Amino acid sequence: MYLLIEQLLNGLQLGVTLFLMSAGLTLVFGIMRVINLAHGSFYMIGAYVAATVAGYTGSFLLGLLAALPVAALVGMLVERLILRRLYRRDHLDQVLATFGLILFFNELTRMIWGRQPLYMNIPDWLSGTIELIPGAPYPLYRLAVIGMGIGVGFFLYLLFARTRLGMQIRAGASNREMVAALGVNIRILYTLVFGLGTLLAGLAGVMAGPILAVEAGMGEGIMILTFVVIVIGGIGSLRGALTAALLVGMVDTLGRAYLSVLFRLFLPAATADGAGASIASMSVYLLMAVVLVWRPRGLFPPPGGVQ
Amino acid sequence: MKVTIAAYALSASLLAAPVMATEPVKIGMVTTLSTKAGYLGEEIRDGFQLAIDEGGGKLGGVSVELLVDDDGRKPEKGKQIANRYIKRDGVKIMTGIVFSNVALAVVPKVVRGDVFYISPNAGPSRLAGKECDKNYFNVAWQNDNLAEAMGEYLQEKGYNNVYLLAPNYPSGKDQLAGFKRFYKGRVAGEVYTRLGQSDYAAELASLRAAKPDAVFFFLPGGMGINFIKQYAQANLNQEIPLFGPAFSFDQRLLKAVGDAAVGVHNTSQWNWDLDNPENRRFVAAFRKTYGRTPTLYASQGYDAAHLIGSALKATGGDPGKGDAFRKALESADFSSVRGKFSFGPNHHPVQDIYVREVVKREDGSFTNKTQGKVFSDHADAYVTECRM
Repeated sequence: MYLLIEQLLNGLQLGVTLFLMSAGLTLVFGIMRVINLAHGSFYMIGAYVAATVAGYTGSFLLGLLAALPVAALVGMLVERLILRRLYRRDHLDQVLATFGLILFFNELTRMIWGRQPLYMNIPDWLSGTIELIPGAPYPLYRLAVIGMGIGVGFFLYLLFARTRLGMQIRAGASNREMVAALGVNIRILYTLVFGLGTLLAGLAGVMAGPILAVEAGMGEGIMILTFVVIVIGGIGSLRGALTAALLVGMVDTLGRAYLSVLFRLFLPAATADGAGASIASMSVYLLMAVVLVWRPRGLFPPPGGVQ
Repeated sequence: MKVTIAAYALSASLLAAPVMATEPVKIGMVTTLSTKAGYLGEEIRDGFQLAIDEGGGKLGGVSVELLVDDDGRKPEKGKQIANRYIKRDGVKIMTGIVFSNVALAVVPKVVRGDVFYISPNAGPSRLAGKECDKNYFNVAWQNDNLAEAMGEYLQEKGYNNVYLLAPNYPSGKDQLAGFKRFYKGRVAGEVYTRLGQSDYAAELASLRAAKPDAVFFFLPGGMGINFIKQYAQANLNQEIPLFGPAFSFDQRLLKAVGDAAVGVHNTSQWNWDLDNPENRRFVAAFRKTYGRTPTLYASQGYDAAHLIGSALKATGGDPGKGDAFRKALESADFSSVRGKFSFGPNHHPVQDIYVREVVKREDGSFTNKTQGKVFSDHADAYVTECRM
């Protein structure tokens, strides 16, 4: 029982990280109709900048403070220099161009930082474990990640529901010609939204830095799951991204933890371990297939949504 | 265009027949230099190049030219490069492949001709057993060897309830099978994770609940960094000791793992502190040239170069003399940096395997310290399946 609660926390933590990633991606798609495969590169940039700054200064917070603007600025630069030329073109062109960006950023990090993965540690004030659940000490840092994700979710809610900028973004998502005709500078709006998306990706990267290896190409693995999340949630929908991120986090974690145990009930141990592992790594895709059969446009397709 | 290619091919085949004494012998290196695993190929290449540089451009007194290309960890690309080396460059000696899946795609094809392949890393069981070949030599290890040594070590130390963890792909299963070949105690759990997985929170929670007395894991590269860090962050390193083959504990990974790996025992056929004259010289020269301590992969590249050098010397620099060249390779007449070294009948190493411990040095950096020998003259389990 306690183990199940611990695994639920783990699922929540993965879900929150996925939400940080997918929020930006789904916004960019919902508003600009651009498929940005290179979103994971900003996750990597966030982690690299934070690891470097934290390494020099010894302060995790300074690393975080440095990484966020860098991720946002690089994102806005990419939007102005490259993506802006792609808005009117085919999705396939966008996929090609942003895939090229992945290769570019991976090679760039190798040129700047070398092949050696960087080291980044948990700050002292977040290290150690606390015994939330008797007998199962849980790392404090992972709780902090969960807290941070909830905070960001709340911030985004306020931003979109309560501010003028949020209103313009929502309007831009449902009818961009009309918004432009009403005198909103849609170009700047696009750049800002893109920068916000990459900032969130950078934040996810910083939070992942102390847990994972900071290395070139670290963004690709999480990118695949992020796409699964926004497809399940309904492309362009923030609410969908949040729901789907938590769902995917839970399914992936619980699948890894319990499928082979489940299979052991009716299969010999060796077969059960192999089959459990294989099905667990498919579980989120199975989830996606089921959701798409049931609701082809995802759980929360945005109104006016995608053609 | 076609004419030029034909002319190239023709001249290549003409040149290949009588190798002139002045013409350097070409050695084709197919290795992994890009992707996250690119550092592995970099280490092998640097070790190999160091041996050539120390000989003033020669191996075994024979001038050589090293061709290097990146397979990007892709079997298809490896095949293309190998093909180009053989057809265009007339290469007779190849080496360098890091990953077993690439080796399985490339090696059987190239050794079927009269090309020699000397593996500085990948040692899949198929190439040691049923599909062994007279022109294939492995100068590193058979894939299972280091896991077998860890199994033996835990058995000796009296651990009796071990939790096993590896990625869900052929090498992962081979490693656990190798471990269980020598470890006879209870298995508290056997978990296969996704290849390339980065977060292990779910696995760690299950692991803690299973209450093992030790954990054996095989997670090479970045997967290992993630696992070891998260293991320590969950405070598990205070409770349950961690063991694994050297692949997650090379000098370069340790830098990225930091304190989390200190105290972990791992097995390797080589370490920088092995006390023999050849090794002392190699480590000093490598540090001087590249400004870092070599990893086991670099030592394997260096040994591959010297093995090839010994055969070139014995045949006067002509790998075209197939039988003589093979005989010279078989005798392994070179000083390996790991000390004693010879080939078994399937052209795989018979060698000692050591257990090392990760320690923190006074300057704050991390490294491995050799603790003792687990196996003497250890051969692989597939040698009886090999018919040459």
